[in-house]
Amino acid sequence: MADSYLRQSALASLHLIARANQADSNAGLSMGERGFLCQWVVRGDAGNAVFASAVKDVTGCDLPIEPNTVQGSGYINVLWLGPDEWLIVAPDGSDAGPRLDEACKDIHAAVTDVSESRTVIVLAGEHARDVLAKGCALDFHARSFVVDQCAQSTLAHMHVIVHQRSDAPEFDVYVHRSFAESLWQWLEDAAAEYGFAVSNPV
Amino acid sequence: MTRQANRLGTDLVAGARIDRSKSIWFTFNGRRYEGHEGDTLASALVANDVQLVARSFKYHRPRGFFGAGAEDPCVMVQVGVGAETLPNLRATQVELYDGLVADSVNAWPSVNHDVGIVNDLMSRLLPAGFYYKTFMWPASWWTTYEHVIRNAAGMGVAPKQPDPDTYDHMHIHCDVLIVGGGPSGLAAALAAGRTGARVIIVDEQSEMGGSILASRLLVDDKPGAEWLASALAELGAMEEVRVMPRTTAFGHYDHNHMGLLERRTDHLGPGHDIARQRMWKVRAGQVIHAGGAIERSLVFAGNDRPGVMLASAAATYVNRWAARPGQKTVIFTNNDSAYGVAADLADAGISVQAIVDLRVEPGAAALEEASARNIEVLTASCVVETRGKRAVEGVTVMKLNDAGDGVVVGERRFDCGLVAVSGGWSPAVHLHCHAGGKVDYDEIQGCFVPGKTLEAARSVGAANGQLDLADCLTAGWQAGTNAAADTGFRKPGKVPKGPTATAVEVSPPRHVWIIPAKPGEENKVKRFVDLQNDVTDADVRLAAREGYRSVEHLKRYTTLGMGTDQGKTSNIPGLGILAAELEKSLPDVGTTTFRPPYTAITMGAIAGRYTGQMLEPVRRSPMHHWHENHGAAFEDVGQWKRPWYYPQDGEDMHAAVARECLAARNAIGILDATTLGKIDIQGPDASEFLNRIYTNAWSKLAVGRCRYGLMLSEDGMVMDDGVTSCISDNRYLMTTTSGNAASVMGWLEEWLQTEWPDLKVWCNSISEYWATLTISGPFARDLLAELCSDIDVSNDGLPFMSWREGTVAGAPARVFRISFTGEVSFEINVPASHGLGLWQALMTAGEKYGITPYGTEAMHVLRAEKGYIIVGQETDGTMTPYDLDMDWIVSKKKPDFIGKRSLGRADFLRDDRKQLVGLFTEDPLEVLPEGAQIVDDPNAPIPMPMIGHVTSSYLSANLGRSIALAVVKGGINRKGETVHLPLENGRTVRAEITGMVFYDPQGERLNG
Repeated sequence: MADSYLRQSALASLHLIARANQADSNAGLSMGERGFLCQWVVRGDAGNAVFASAVKDVTGCDLPIEPNTVQGSGYINVLWLGPDEWLIVAPDGSDAGPRLDEACKDIHAAVTDVSESRTVIVLAGEHARDVLAKGCALDFHARSFVVDQCAQSTLAHMHVIVHQRSDAPEFDVYVHRSFAESLWQWLEDAAAEYGFAVSNPV
Repeated sequence: MTRQANRLGTDLVAGARIDRSKSIWFTFNGRRYEGHEGDTLASALVANDVQLVARSFKYHRPRGFFGAGAEDPCVMVQVGVGAETLPNLRATQVELYDGLVADSVNAWPSVNHDVGIVNDLMSRLLPAGFYYKTFMWPASWWTTYEHVIRNAAGMGVAPKQPDPDTYDHMHIHCDVLIVGGGPSGLAAALAAGRTGARVIIVDEQSEMGGSILASRLLVDDKPGAEWLASALAELGAMEEVRVMPRTTAFGHYDHNHMGLLERRTDHLGPGHDIARQRMWKVRAGQVIHAGGAIERSLVFAGNDRPGVMLASAAATYVNRWAARPGQKTVIFTNNDSAYGVAADLADAGISVQAIVDLRVEPGAAALEEASARNIEVLTASCVVETRGKRAVEGVTVMKLNDAGDGVVVGERRFDCGLVAVSGGWSPAVHLHCHAGGKVDYDEIQGCFVPGKTLEAARSVGAANGQLDLADCLTAGWQAGTNAAADTGFRKPGKVPKGPTATAVEVSPPRHVWIIPAKPGEENKVKRFVDLQNDVTDADVRLAAREGYRSVEHLKRYTTLGMGTDQGKTSNIPGLGILAAELEKSLPDVGTTTFRPPYTAITMGAIAGRYTGQMLEPVRRSPMHHWHENHGAAFEDVGQWKRPWYYPQDGEDMHAAVARECLAARNAIGILDATTLGKIDIQGPDASEFLNRIYTNAWSKLAVGRCRYGLMLSEDGMVMDDGVTSCISDNRYLMTTTSGNAASVMGWLEEWLQTEWPDLKVWCNSISEYWATLTISGPFARDLLAELCSDIDVSNDGLPFMSWREGTVAGAPARVFRISFTGEVSFEINVPASHGLGLWQALMTAGEKYGITPYGTEAMHVLRAEKGYIIVGQETDGTMTPYDLDMDWIVSKKKPDFIGKRSLGRADFLRDDRKQLVGLFTEDPLEVLPEGAQIVDDPNAPIPMPMIGHVTSSYLSANLGRSIALAVVKGGINRKGETVHLPLENGRTVRAEITGMVFYDPQGERLNG
């Protein structure tokens, strides 16, 4: 039987948790996988009051209208992906998606479970921006990319969503599951000159 | 030989940028020499009195150092050995490191005894365009000619081994990007940096400073070096300013995108574990071009002899590296700048025999500098010849007539080993022009200066035609201030003053594009315009007479301005000569196009880390490592790695595929089908949307049912296919082919957003959400039933083309009863994180049934046995549904769908279109090559009329014979006829046209 203990995160084969225990404290940045997040893509009309309040009621977050920004409740984050597209991210086990789907049943909106579609690689520390700059054309300078900003781009030719979580700086890099190992391999290579530690983000 | 015989002592040159206490040993053409830290290969060779360092490209004439930096056209060297070696580096730009090994290129067996010099003796037979004139007949011999010519004219040697170094890329953004770290650029950086703007200043040389490094100029009444140190200290302390030496801005692209190449370890030699070179991709708010100007030569007889050198280069060797390029010199100039060089050389103890000036009236300040050092100035004069064997030993000078096209009788002879030439200055407009900037002609300076630009960019200083230091500093400061302001940065408070220098009055230059030779020798002498490509004034004039009047044609025909230096010193003189020959003005002739890169960049830097294993991202399914651990051979499908077949116990591909195919029909085959595209389609208009996207009807598909669909593009050609299932009211799951997942998603969004915004439909990709495991074969149902208790998997409970939601091996699952094999088949979809667990569970429980994993090759064979098409294999963008014999899937009732209108075109209804059929070869074991051409009459004369080709071909283990799918003109109505396939090896194979379904034509197994 494929019990839950057999669930594999996208980077499970790399045994990152075991490597995290041997962390190097002098590292220029840390990298780790935040797996098994609940994620839903939500499509709808931002101008529809029912839709906006449904999102607010279910997630506790205002629907972000400003492009490339994130509204967070501490538990759930809502990322702006497009004028009619958002990504709701919650810890494993959340039922926010089905509840939102239910709340939107009378309006033209869609909630699609994409929890398994992407994993999150967390980059944190002094050289996190340098590593991103090696493979992504966006400007991550502190003057132009700030906490709770997000953006979609390519990193090393792979589609990613980048969400800056803190000033540390700490970035959540969402990558499609099938690309995750390739991205990790690229990140290890890019981070090598700064020294990196494997983290076990929660 | 004396070590560094030509190194000037500190008594003569005090401020050189070398560390005399640090010796560096290097090898050039097999001999060891000593240099100092701070030297380039060129400066160290000059210091060691090595004068003959290269051979020219075409005539193999001796060449010496002509420039001191990026402008040098002559001295290409091969640096490093083995895999590390880099060909065709400019010796003037190679920084010395201990143990450096360099060799001349384009010389065999050695630079001192080059057999290619025979080309020089034959030079009358090698005029401009000799390629095009000489080697034309017979045409079939060209490849032989070319091989020999390329070897003779070849430059350095590319290493045969893989490059051991790494290279990488970095993206960066800034408010102000300054190209050039000379006085103008530094002034601009200080001004912009003080506002707090994000500033990047780059310079291609090992240190910032530009002309300050090579001169004795005063800035702010201080020695230039002192000012430079304080400016760099200030810039270094600014948090948002990045100072980048050893960094070439090689291309300026649209929207202020700039390419930089940073050489990180080249100056240290091999053996470093960081990237050797880094390509920076900059996006700048404002760009300031401050790349300086390049000195031009004069086109006079014997001007290519080693010892003839740009005046600025001579000054640079002396001032920057304390390297003496000659003991006695004659200066030959058309402008005032060379007088400063004369002064620098004289003060360094070099005997300046004379300044030969084309002009009647040199500038007063210039004349003063000469007379202060008792240097004779010969006005209205020119050098009519140089003397010497391998290098200059002396020159002859005559008076120039008023028109500048002849000389006046009476000559003076001087002995000298160095002729320092200045033909005026050309701003480095290259980068300005890359991004579409125009140039204007400056009559007085005889050069092109930056004109209009399309970019948020400005050119300053010598790069803008300003040759006076005071002007450069002022312009740089102003540009830095303005560029920062244009990006929103202003320094609050009083506007501070920028750095200053004393302005110097100069007289204008005199432009004589061809310097006359001695009377009677006009046709005997060689006057070089382009020293790298051996283009003389006679070549340019000949080309013009032969009709190559466009400057772009002239370039290709004569090779003027081609090669690694791209005519940095030669273009303007060449244009001047062409203009005179055509009796046009120089600006009317125009310039050739300036294209990136400014100087050559390595392929490694362009590739960056995207090489070898990281060439392209790899997509892996959740079961990838299981496949790997079980010996799968992989096939690339787009970026996916898909198991191709699983060889066991020394099986070859044929045996493995046969075993896998038999298992899928006789036991259970299991396939990883995760790569299929999956799109969640929701909304009240979803079924109407599907009606318009697919050729068949979707309105009546019930929840829990699946349907195969064919998608056409507007031109009526088959674009994609797949099974779409109704998930709930107004919700569908569409599957696409693996390779088209992203493009179909884009296609759907495009129609929704641009053509049908009224349709209430949302599409979201869920390809990555699901792991898809397909089990197929007579025992597939038994296996599924064992692992799944909440779905009735019987034929009644889960009939063909239906799906149910439930739990398989403990994982939440959607089970689809669809088939690409013709067997009873279940496509089990589970969240990707359960994929591996389910795969293992199926393998374990399926063992007793003989479950066998099969790869894409067996999948292809199995589907071909059933005549199922693969879009992209049976179709090529020119196949309609009718051509595929799939009329049944095209709805006659729907008012419209994409491609419907095209399907009605007369051409689509022709009965001789290429149509998909099956082929049985006469010999059942003959496997046709895919792509083999089909003919009716194998004895027809060539070119034989071809009536089709093979699209898929396999040996079918289940049928015990070969099968093929093919397209044949009018094939649907030709079943039973025999066609012929002439193969590459000369054999012709006979085959019978058949239907497409080779196996279980009644579909009994599928519905069982």
